[in-house]
Amino acid sequence: MNEFIGRMDITAKGCNLYYGDFHALKDINIEIPEKQVTALIGPSGCGKSTFLKIFNRMNDLVEGCRIEGEYRIGGVDIFDKETDVNVLRKNVGMVFQKPNPFPMSIYDNIAFAPRTFGITKKSELDEIVEQSLRRASIWDEVKDRLRKNALGMSGGQQQRLCIARSLAASPKVLLMDEPTSALDPISTGKIEELMEELKKDLTIVIVTHNMQQATRIADKTAFFLLGELVEYGNTDDIFTSPRDERTERYITGRFG
Amino acid sequence: MSIRKIFEEELADLKTQLVEMCRLTEQMISDAITALVNRDRELGKSIGIMDKRVDEYEMAIEKKCMRILLKQQPVAKDFREVSTALKMITDIERFGDQAADIGDLVYTMPGDAYIKKLTHITAMGNLAVKMVRESVSSFINNDEALADEVIALDDQMDDMFLAVKTDLIELIKKDGRNGDQAIELMMVAKYLERIGDHAVNVAEWTKYNETGVHQKF
Repeated sequence: MNEFIGRMDITAKGCNLYYGDFHALKDINIEIPEKQVTALIGPSGCGKSTFLKIFNRMNDLVEGCRIEGEYRIGGVDIFDKETDVNVLRKNVGMVFQKPNPFPMSIYDNIAFAPRTFGITKKSELDEIVEQSLRRASIWDEVKDRLRKNALGMSGGQQQRLCIARSLAASPKVLLMDEPTSALDPISTGKIEELMEELKKDLTIVIVTHNMQQATRIADKTAFFLLGELVEYGNTDDIFTSPRDERTERYITGRFG
Repeated sequence: MSIRKIFEEELADLKTQLVEMCRLTEQMISDAITALVNRDRELGKSIGIMDKRVDEYEMAIEKKCMRILLKQQPVAKDFREVSTALKMITDIERFGDQAADIGDLVYTMPGDAYIKKLTHITAMGNLAVKMVRESVSSFINNDEALADEVIALDDQMDDMFLAVKTDLIELIKKDGRNGDQAIELMMVAKYLERIGDHAVNVAEWTKYNETGVHQKF
């Protein structure tokens, strides 16, 4: 069985994805560096979320979805027969636009994945819960109500709880699909700070519609349009001097 | 009106103000030379008053740029245009300062006959006006080639400055009584030479605006 050990860079070669007859991703080649934040930007329907989901094989269950190409995380082929999809997903966490805590206590949300991996000892679980909540910068806010239902938290807290829940599985990569689009500026700020902190240990790929967010947090930015990767480079370069006219028109709001 | 359209109008408005500010400084430099040549003290004094208007333009344009940055958070070429304008006004304001300084000198200079012909200084004044106009035009018209020409013109300015300096040193050596006026003419030449340097700065910002790379020449 393939293991994910050591480096955690992401590569896609000759990526083509089809939903039935619809060619959703066209010939994408990209190398995403480890321990950096990479932003995927582009208009709705351009394929950026579809592309993001490939990396923890969220598209496997989508009917009619066909994927071609080679995808590696830390050198490991994620579609290889020897790659266990559960091991992949343990290593590649995902956070969605809408916070989706499980309808159970804060503690149980975080302990869910470790329990699945067979950890039952209370002291060990306590340790993981505290560490995960601390890393997601929410420990101080919830430490006195760990047994309360997670659904009673604010949207911003729920989202950080979901990040903490991902971290409890000790992932190497965190995929974030518009994680702050439903949050107020304060919660958004906290999650952005969190990404800055987490990238010391993790590779983060984020889909965002907020250009200023991309400039603030992303080291690299990739611009998708109509299923193609139009431009990919250092965020500073993309937002000050994009090479492609289409990138320029999109980020300056001149499309259409 | 779409947000994009509002932004484009704000940018167009910004450029109009930049051109007006620039025209004002061209007039000031030209007046400064006329005042010097004709010994027109009143004209010299009036340049200082015009300089207040230049300062007002600087403040107004600066405010406008900051407002655009705050409200529109521009990126790519939009970002470069606004930041270029914001940097450029500092140099344009200096054009005005230097012209006003020449005006002040004319106003306070004793009325003795000139110790030398003002051929070079007049030529420097004309070149300064040309460099000022073309540096700002290069930005307004997105004309990188014109910015390069401005940068190249600065060599002529430096050569003329050197010629004036050499002349004046000779005149002081010949007769110490030439000293006072020689120093004043030297200052005029230095102000004009500085205007050339500021025009080069403006041209460099134009090149940044076009290419995304800010390079010193």
